[in-house]
Amino acid sequence: MNVTSRLERVLKSGRFAVTAELNPPDSADPESVYERAIVLAEVCDAINATDASGAHVHMSSVGVCALLTRAGYEPVMQVSCRDRNRIAIQGDLLGAAAMGVRNILCLTGDGVEIGDHPDAKPVFDLDSVTLLKTARSMYEQSRFMSGRKLDVPPRFFLGAAANPFVPPFDFRPHRLAKKVRAGADFIQTQFCFDVPRLQLFTQTARDLGLAEKVFILAGVGPIRSARAGEWMRTNVPGVHIPDAVIARLKGVPADRQAAEGKRLCVDIIQQVREIPGISGVHVMAYRQEELVAEIIHEAGLLPRGGRGRKGREQTRRVGATSLHTR
Amino acid sequence: MQWHPRLLEAVYERSHWLLRPFRLWMVSGGVVERFFVFFERVFKGVIFDCCQCGQCVLHRAGMTCPMTCPKNMRNGPCGGVTASGNCEIIPETKCVWLQAWERSKEMRVYGDEILGILPPRKGQLDGGSAWINELSGAAGQTPAGWAE
Repeated sequence: MNVTSRLERVLKSGRFAVTAELNPPDSADPESVYERAIVLAEVCDAINATDASGAHVHMSSVGVCALLTRAGYEPVMQVSCRDRNRIAIQGDLLGAAAMGVRNILCLTGDGVEIGDHPDAKPVFDLDSVTLLKTARSMYEQSRFMSGRKLDVPPRFFLGAAANPFVPPFDFRPHRLAKKVRAGADFIQTQFCFDVPRLQLFTQTARDLGLAEKVFILAGVGPIRSARAGEWMRTNVPGVHIPDAVIARLKGVPADRQAAEGKRLCVDIIQQVREIPGISGVHVMAYRQEELVAEIIHEAGLLPRGGRGRKGREQTRRVGATSLHTR
Repeated sequence: MQWHPRLLEAVYERSHWLLRPFRLWMVSGGVVERFFVFFERVFKGVIFDCCQCGQCVLHRAGMTCPMTCPKNMRNGPCGGVTASGNCEIIPETKCVWLQAWERSKEMRVYGDEILGILPPRKGQLDGGSAWINELSGAAGQTPAGWAE
């Protein structure tokens, strides 16, 4: 069993890290997870398994992560506080750790109202900050939140989300500071389409002394068309797309907007790479794993070492071991 | 009323000072608690839209009740705030934490408390008197497992 997180090793080595989002299937077939994972694993250091994102039911993140670790992939398990209380969450954290999951992304979660089961009972027993603190003390103090001792503590690399792109802008860095104090080792931000805003945020974070304490990965993703962009900014909570971005997409004919959206994403990756205090990117594109792989390739972020057992077996067969560098 | 956070924090501070000497008589489960619950329901209900969580953190959240946030966030705004500063779940209302942040900037005594980490709610204190729970020490404790 892998003792430490690969993502942690990449970030601590100072290499620009890449993570990507796997959108869990609406299926009971493990292959539907693996066919997405194999595309992503080649191009990133760790794969995020979302936890009923947008409050829509999909395969659970614990389930997806169990499948991923079984095949030798490196997952980031997203844990949302919307659907489970402190008893269920701590149990899931232990179970995941036993399955070899090392990276946990602690989220509050979207409200049930925006999902496909708007009448569900929202739990929100914990929030992202108290979840971080709880996971941290399971790992460091070897205790549940109640104070009861664990026999064998888990080993976690803890993450949290940040959204520098929505108000209250001057509170956002302080909220980041809370998350770092609560135990966050890395941060994955919401979609970045506004690079100056991210720059300002990381600058303030550095001024607050957070730069040495946390790795920040900028969230990026492609927009399929100008219309999709407008839909995203009105319907997806927390996504801020400046008018200039929509204008850039509108500036090209409809059939070339997808390509332009992809180029825009590559451009943003290149710009955020230059920001001091940004340690990597987190690429998200809902159910378009091939597109994510193309973007990472075009941004010049390859090769990556996160191929998993399935990928490694393939490599060994063709004798091209040099591909697996780390 | 909530846009006078400095007045509200002064009321809180003064009440705390006035009630503290009587803390040994303030016990839960009796007529004293019923009396406090009634007054808290009337006053805090009208001013803060209080839902009687029994563990008041108003002074640590810009004199704005975080329980009125649809996600009951106790440690700051979620990432779903709209560009206009409204709630992702109830789009016609302002984000509770945005208001809390603005109000905390005006507060003189407890303004910085908003930067601290609050423990999760204790389910057992629901419906009780926040004053009694605060003075007896039942509310606001750090969970045992969090102690360093």
